[in-house]
Amino acid sequence: MFKKFTKDDVHTRTNLKSSVSKTLKAKLIKQYPLLEDVVDDIIPKKVPITLFKCEDKIQLYVIDNQILFYQQFDDLIPELRIVHKYPEAFPRVQVDRGAIKFVLSGANIMCPGLTSAGAKLPDEDWPVDQIVTIYAEGKENAMAVGKLSMSINDIKTINKNTGVELYEYLGDGLWHFKAE
Amino acid sequence: MMIHNTIYCGICTLPVEFCEFGKTFKKCKLWLEDTNPEKFNNLYGSNVNNTSSLSSEKENQISSSLAKMQLKEERKQEREAENLKNSKILIKRIPRTKHKHIVAISNLEILGSDIDMKKIAKSFASKFATGSSVSKNAEKKDEIVIQGDVAEEVEEYLTALMKEKGIEVKIEHVTERFTNKKK
Repeated sequence: MFKKFTKDDVHTRTNLKSSVSKTLKAKLIKQYPLLEDVVDDIIPKKVPITLFKCEDKIQLYVIDNQILFYQQFDDLIPELRIVHKYPEAFPRVQVDRGAIKFVLSGANIMCPGLTSAGAKLPDEDWPVDQIVTIYAEGKENAMAVGKLSMSINDIKTINKNTGVELYEYLGDGLWHFKAE
Repeated sequence: MMIHNTIYCGICTLPVEFCEFGKTFKKCKLWLEDTNPEKFNNLYGSNVNNTSSLSSEKENQISSSLAKMQLKEERKQEREAENLKNSKILIKRIPRTKHKHIVAISNLEILGSDIDMKKIAKSFASKFATGSSVSKNAEKKDEIVIQGDVAEEVEEYLTALMKEKGIEVKIEHVTERFTNKKK
């Protein structure tokens, strides 16, 4: 989604009303329940949130020139720096070492990369469209965020084609985007 | 929940363990050795055993393709540095009427992609109290046009800007003659 993303793609920027930011917080907690006790650290009460409306109906939520979350349709998706700060709060999958190179150049993740020896999938089943953070074998931090395009069980059993649709990755347009 | 601290590389801006997949691995390594020797040892020290599930053959394949990419990037940067040396910023002084001149600055984009021409034009406008705008010149490239004879001051400003960014580009002055066609 953000392979090419520059400040030219931003159409308007507006400050959100506090009532809107309240609903945003509620939505955030609903989507990522583990964030509940830190949500006030991520979104402080008095600081206004800026909303960037961009190309392709992408909306960025920005505080203090720092992108926190973005959303294209319904799901709120965390920016990678937020994932690095609160790694436990988001569902995670892991790919093997061979896949890192491709993910960092923006490729969708194929099932074999998720099921091989160096990779890790959760034991329980997650539905299609679940937002996941993608980790790599032998690496500490998340390197990408994506959306499941197959359920976890399907990935395990079918083991073919795209398993995760990539949204953002380290070094993409959003990563280098400076919100000023 | 604890806030997890991540060390980001000062060169490629990724978390440091991903430098090896970046395009500037060598520079990143030097940077980390300087700023955070402890982490450097953790990542690249001699007693790090690589726990990879891949066969050594595949591992070699990955590292060789990465090395190739990094070499390519190095060459590219060398070329760009060479280009930068050869190019120069052009400050043109163009007469309008007998005693009035405008100044056109072209080739500014070589200073880097993070330069915002509009912003610079605005700052010129307020600095010199003149009109200043970005327009396209004959070669369809952006240039800044300032209403007023401020070529010297512009050069001063640009050299200061370049010093700040740590790059050096030649600045060339051109003065167009006043040609009175109506005789």
